[in-house]
Amino acid sequence: MMTMKYAAKRIAMLLVTMVIVSFLAFVAFSLISGSAAEIMLGTQATPEKVAALEKEMGLDRPLLVRYGEWLLGFFTGDLGTSISYKQPVQQLIAPKALVTLCLSVLSFLLIVAVSIPLGVRSARRAGGRLDGVSTALNQFCMAVPPFFTGILLTWLFSTVLRWFTHGKFPDLGTDFPGAVKYLFFAAISIAIPRVAMTVRMLRSTVLGEMQKDYVRTAISRGNDRAGVLYGHVLKNALVPVVTFLAQTMAEIVAGSIVVEQVFAIPGLGRLLVASISNRDYPVVQAIVVILAFWVVLAGTVADLINQRIDPRLRLGGDA
Amino acid sequence: MKRLNGYLKAGLLLTGFLTLLIVVGYFWTPYDPSAMMAGPKLSGPTLHNLMGTDNFGRDIFSRVLKGAGTTFAIAAAVVAIGAVCGTVIGALTGYFGGVVDEVLMRFNDALTAFPSILLALVIISVLGPGNKYNVVLALGIVFIPSFARVTRTAFAALRDVNYVKSARLMGAGSGRILLVHILPNTIQVLLPAITIGFNNAVLAEASMSYLGIGVTPPDASLGYMLSEAQSMFSAAPWYAVCTGGTIILLVFGVGLIGEGLQRRGREVD
Repeated sequence: MMTMKYAAKRIAMLLVTMVIVSFLAFVAFSLISGSAAEIMLGTQATPEKVAALEKEMGLDRPLLVRYGEWLLGFFTGDLGTSISYKQPVQQLIAPKALVTLCLSVLSFLLIVAVSIPLGVRSARRAGGRLDGVSTALNQFCMAVPPFFTGILLTWLFSTVLRWFTHGKFPDLGTDFPGAVKYLFFAAISIAIPRVAMTVRMLRSTVLGEMQKDYVRTAISRGNDRAGVLYGHVLKNALVPVVTFLAQTMAEIVAGSIVVEQVFAIPGLGRLLVASISNRDYPVVQAIVVILAFWVVLAGTVADLINQRIDPRLRLGGDA
Repeated sequence: MKRLNGYLKAGLLLTGFLTLLIVVGYFWTPYDPSAMMAGPKLSGPTLHNLMGTDNFGRDIFSRVLKGAGTTFAIAAAVVAIGAVCGTVIGALTGYFGGVVDEVLMRFNDALTAFPSILLALVIISVLGPGNKYNVVLALGIVFIPSFARVTRTAFAALRDVNYVKSARLMGAGSGRILLVHILPNTIQVLLPAITIGFNNAVLAEASMSYLGIGVTPPDASLGYMLSEAQSMFSAAPWYAVCTGGTIILLVFGVGLIGEGLQRRGREVD
């Protein structure tokens, strides 16, 4: 019962946040959308023509009315028309969103698969001889910008080893394995700094958990440290890690904007950057809101998972 | 003076060295960074051109010095905006609480739904791309919420400790309590937050300039230089490696300082 109620509450909160987020984006772009008509008219813009076109586009009506219509359109799949490509935004976005989704999921899986074993290992070796070196190495990995790794990886795997052809992204539908292979290198560049951060976070969570009374009790009753670590500590350290991984999802989205550019991957990020340069606001607005929704959704899923893992959260306590 | 730990020492040394180079680069560079034919075209690192030259024969070392200067200045300005505004907001909401606190924190939550670079891109597209002051303003605004959150927690935690209570009993005004009594005790939290913010700002500026919507020529920027370097990687790998390496060292040095500060904070506790 509690579970359902909590989930319902969390989903209601999700919707409220989505409305606020989309409203913020809408207002931001309304501040400049007056110039949308001017951009479309280009050099032929006169005050009269601009006013006429604004009326035609419905830009002369109150902000809230326009927001309501836009939001309704958003959920029914009508995102307006791109200014520079002159085609419906959803047609433009849909195939690219799929590519970015694949890239994000791939990066996420890579981060989880690499960072969790490394983080646990690092916690077990805390205070050891190589501890300082590994902390420094960790800081170093955090300092590597994904687009720089991307440039190096492109050179190594595309120019030298020819494992993939830079700029020729295989079609997701017809050559899925090829596309995944291409995206894999981009995922590596996104993952490196993120793995470092996750390892650091996991290490401090596990070390904090090892100080607790139940660990001392378990060890004093004759369990070995590894047994306690894998049997009890990891389970308890999971909640903050899940929350952290949801934030990681947000950073992956941000990382993909830049990395898509490096690897010439036709995803949302590349379209976003091109649309910002072209001042194609309907497209920018739609992509920004989609990416923000994706981030908020990840946060909600993390909360719901945590609440399944940790009974204290289910009973309404603040663990 | 508390003892400096190894991370702090290494970080200060590296950052100090880079800052020195940047300051020198501000007044003097071996060649004019935009002068063509400062050496043979596409030459590898030599004694005359420490980091080699690009396809126009421009001296990469001089360009890296200038670019690092721009990046450093932008990151410092961004952190200044974020830290000052964020600390003021966080201090007031954390100390006084109430409805304003609730509303601002909900607003904060909504803002953090946008990944920082995405939010910066939105603001940049509103302000107009390709201008360094817009980059500073956009990133500065983006960095306010995280600082506000950190300081809010610190101020809320210290609101009712004994020394604050006794200051209040002695008749100290809210302003004095906030500035003289609480603020110095939040330095432990603020300093690491500033180092993290600085690094995020460096990386964000570099990414935006790489995408061509941050700092654009004639201003030098490490990010923009990397996008040039990518197209000539096979012919001049040293260009990308030296430019990227400079970003890494800058962020790495400040990261070590942050790590050292956090460790020292824990030792004091």
